[in-house]
This record gives sequence, C-alpha cells and structure tokens, in this order.
Amino acid sequence: MTTSVLEVVRAGPFVTVQDGGRPGMMRFGVPRSGPMDPFAHAAANTVLGRPVGSTAVEVSLGGLTVRCADAPITIAVCGGGFRVSHNGDDCNSWTSCTLQPGDTLAITAGGWGSWCYVAVAGALQARQWLGSSSTHVRSGLGGGAVATGDRLTVIDAQVDDARTGPIDTPASTRPTDVLRVVPGPQLQCFRPGALETLLGSPYTLSTAYDRMGVRLDGPALELDGSLAIPSSPIVRGSLQVAGDGVPTLLFADHQTTGGYPKIATVIAPDAASAAQLRSGQVVRFAAVTPEQAVAAARSAAADSTSQLAQVAARPGLRTRHLLSTNLVDGAFHPDETDPDETHPDEAHPHE
Amino acid sequence: MNDALSGHAPGAPVLLPVADHALLVEFGDEIDDATLIRIQSLDAALAATPPVGVVEVVPALTHLLVVFDPVVTDHSAIAAAVTDRIEHRSHSAPGTHHVVDMCFEAAHAPDLAAAAERAGVSEALVAEAHLSAVYRVGMYGFAPGYAYLYGTPPAIQLPRNPTPGPPVPAGSVIITGQQCLVIPVAMSTGWFAIGRSPVQVLRDDPDRPFLFDVGDTVSFRRITAAELDARLPAEWR
Repeated sequence: MTTSVLEVVRAGPFVTVQDGGRPGMMRFGVPRSGPMDPFAHAAANTVLGRPVGSTAVEVSLGGLTVRCADAPITIAVCGGGFRVSHNGDDCNSWTSCTLQPGDTLAITAGGWGSWCYVAVAGALQARQWLGSSSTHVRSGLGGGAVATGDRLTVIDAQVDDARTGPIDTPASTRPTDVLRVVPGPQLQCFRPGALETLLGSPYTLSTAYDRMGVRLDGPALELDGSLAIPSSPIVRGSLQVAGDGVPTLLFADHQTTGGYPKIATVIAPDAASAAQLRSGQVVRFAAVTPEQAVAAARSAAADSTSQLAQVAARPGLRTRHLLSTNLVDGAFHPDETDPDETHPDEAHPHE
Repeated sequence: MNDALSGHAPGAPVLLPVADHALLVEFGDEIDDATLIRIQSLDAALAATPPVGVVEVVPALTHLLVVFDPVVTDHSAIAAAVTDRIEHRSHSAPGTHHVVDMCFEAAHAPDLAAAAERAGVSEALVAEAHLSAVYRVGMYGFAPGYAYLYGTPPAIQLPRNPTPGPPVPAGSVIITGQQCLVIPVAMSTGWFAIGRSPVQVLRDDPDRPFLFDVGDTVSFRRITAAELDARLPAEWR
C-alpha cells in the first residue's frame, strides 16, 4: 500500500478533521458534529468514489495550503465558492486533481460560502473518538484541528486521474436566504407577537459565528420573564433566545441541552444550507407545519441523492464504474441532525 | 401549527414537534425524582422496543427528545410509538449504582467553608449531608461528560454565586440547588466546589467512555488527601 503525506503549509483557524459525524451520543452530552455542510462533504468523497462519511478536512474562511510531501495522490475539493490554486493554476472549489510530490494546493476564501471540504483518494489518518473522527471543537475531541506544520497521512493513497477535473457546482448547494422553521417547542416562554416578529423581520448573521452556532442581529424576541424552563434537549437548527432577546441559530457542535427557550427550529435541510452563509448576510424565516417540514426533508434527501449521482457521473469523466459503487448504500440523508447550543444556561455550571 | 400532538390521557406528557426530525416529550416543568423516573422509564422502553426510524433518544430533566429520520418516519408515527411505550410497555427505570470517592480536605475543597457559611451549618455537616445523599443522573449537558446529578439534600441546596470563582481542577465535586457535578475538565464556576474526586466521568476507554448513564444513581464516599493524590489520573496531576 502506498502512503502519501500532505504537509500543512498554512491552516487558518477552525480548519478541522470531520467524517460524517457522531450520531447517537447526545445522551452523553456529545452532539453529532460532522461537516457544517453535509452535502458538500459527501460530494467531495463521492467524486473520488469514497463512501460518504469518509474522513475529510473541513476548510474554513481562514483557508488551507498543503504540499504533497510523499507519493502522488488524487484529491477532491467541494463546497461553497472558494478559490483553489494548484501549483498556481486557479479554479473554484468544485474540483478534483492529482497532487504530485512537491505540488501545492492552496484554498482561500472566495465569492461565497463559509466551508469547503478536501477529500482524499485513500484513508486519511485521524484520531477517533467514540467511533468517529469528527472534531468537536470545544473539547478538541475527535480528529482535532488542522494546524500549520501538521502532516496529514493518507494510507492506501491512490492516483485516479480519470476522476480529476472541474465539477459543476450543484445549484442547490448555494445557501438560501429564507429558512423554513417549525415554530416552538417553547413558544409559551415568549411575549405575544414574538413569533410574528421573528417571521416578519430580517435577521443578520453576526460575527459571533462558529461551529456551535451564530448569533443573529435583528429585532429582539421578547421573553415572558415570568417563565423559566429547565434545561432541555436541543437540536441543530434550534433558534434559542437568551434573556436579551437575541436569537442564536445552532450548528453542528451545539450543546446537547440548554435552558434558553427555543422559539422555532430551522428544518434540517435549511440549517445545513445556512451553514454556507457568512456573517453580514441577511436571512428571513418562514413558518411551515411539521408535515410540510417532513415533506421538505424527503424532497431534499431525494435531491441530494440525485445530485451526488450527477457529481459522480459528471460530464467528461472517463471513469467506468460510476453508479455501481457507493450511490445506493451511500444514499445521502441531508441530516438526521442534532441539537446545538451556544451559551451555558441556568443549569450550567460555568457562569 | 406547533400544536401538541395529542389524544392521550390526562397527566400524560405533551408531545411537541421539533423541525422535521424530532419530537420533544414534555413531562411538566418540575424537576423531581418522580419525573426523572418517568422519563427514564420511557427511555428504557424506547431502547427495548425502538420505533422504526429513531436515530437517538435524549433523556433530560423534564423532557425526552426523540430524534428520527424524516425519510422513513414522521412526527405522528413517533408520537404514536411514544404513547404506546408509555401506556403499554412500561419499564422500570434502569440504573447502576456508583460509589464515587472524594476528598473534603481544605486543599481540595476551596468552597466548603463558603458553602457551610451560606447553609448555616458546619463544614462537617455539609460533608455529611452530601455523603448521605443518593443522587440520580438526570442528564448530560453543557459539554461531553458533564453528568448532572440530582438529589442534593435540602440543608445544603445553595444558589450559585453570581460570578464564577477561580478555576477548580478536573474531578472537583461542585454543587448548587439540587444539582451536583463531578467535573471532567478544569473550569471556573459559580457552583460550590466542596471536594475533589479521582474519578473520571469522561474516560479514555472506548468500551465505556462515560462512567454514568442517565438513570444511574450515585453516592459519595470520603477519602483522605493522601488517597486522592495516590489515585489522581496522570493527566490531572
């Protein structure tokens, strides 16, 4: 087996190792983590014929530069609208190429999007925790942050030039600015009119943004101060509201329980899509019923599956065994996402 | 919209849809042993007979969350399954009892004196009250390995301090209100650090990464500072 090493020449903050996530551990205080944009992560692996959920590197707006320090290896980059430079040849962040020894791949922020993924044709070696390499940033558990000077080792490194070349950016990977929510589950904690305020007002993503969640700037959502609730389980997509009336949208590394009331919950496909928004961008919220939310999730799952098939079978690809491998059992569910929370609350010990 | 999915008996929990992929089961708003036992019984029943499409179940203090795959099931089907488990498949709350050693000597109990003063009792009585308690693991939260134990005796139920004190080390046993935590990493807290344990709740053991499960019970046993020092994990020294 061939081993390849990618030297990290430069890594911005918040660049981490992520596989498909760590579901099933919320009862122990552990969120799913995994990619902020699960579709882009799955696409990067699919391009290379790797199972969705294989370990990849999540690249933040801070960017990443790696140098191939050993055997050649084919890699894929998917997600957002970043700039990718392979030995000085520029393209966007939907591409695959083979890195020869000494080649440099540089990824920097581009026109849109907050996260992209580097997948490798081989097994990227990463520390596992609870059966997953996904990094839980707050604790550092899992594969961990990728830092300048690190060496990323890939065993069973493959060269598969048939899979290289540009990839059409799937249309639905661009984030939407209208996020569908199911109101609740703690509407009773708010003053009358708070839900109408949420649904009728623009909210701007603030700079308080990380893998746990993003605080939103906009009209305050007034809590009914007489009601305090015990800490309860929360999910990725929860819109929790602190005492100051400021909502926070929870992402992949959310806390698993929280005592702040949740006025509404963004449906999973839209919460995943919203992760590609940036600070300063504006969103609106639209209410849907639980039945409409389930229908939307099913539709999004079907779209994701067909778009992954297109990514795998993209035009110009010379490869042969496209639809046979991982597209069936790898059917991509955009998210059975989980809870998130950003701030400690009543039950929480550190304030 | 957001109406509770209902159709069950008085006193039954309220079932609240969450986004496209979860159902929150709400058992009132009082944290007490009876409520914890109801939640943990449902948790056990769902584990024994998992409804189709369930991804995970998260028991907490007054709620239980069922996360599901919306491609294969929906809120109504999960609500029906939850109601069925409550009405027809009762399970006694499971639970292992753990005895956790801890040291109350001053060097390891920075807030014991303050807790005693606040409670109006002696330090010895704070320790005795704590040692007499049988705590129940109510939920995990805040960060991996933070198991919230419930059952602090009334005599030493104290409001937390409004501002956190200096950091206390991993293994510190901290209390406020009905709650107690054996913290897995060093932190600042407004809770009262009344002692320290060499026991790791978050363990470097792939077969059993967390010492407690929700529903377990915990009591504490006194050890000396010498015993604590001898047993502290290497990474805590």
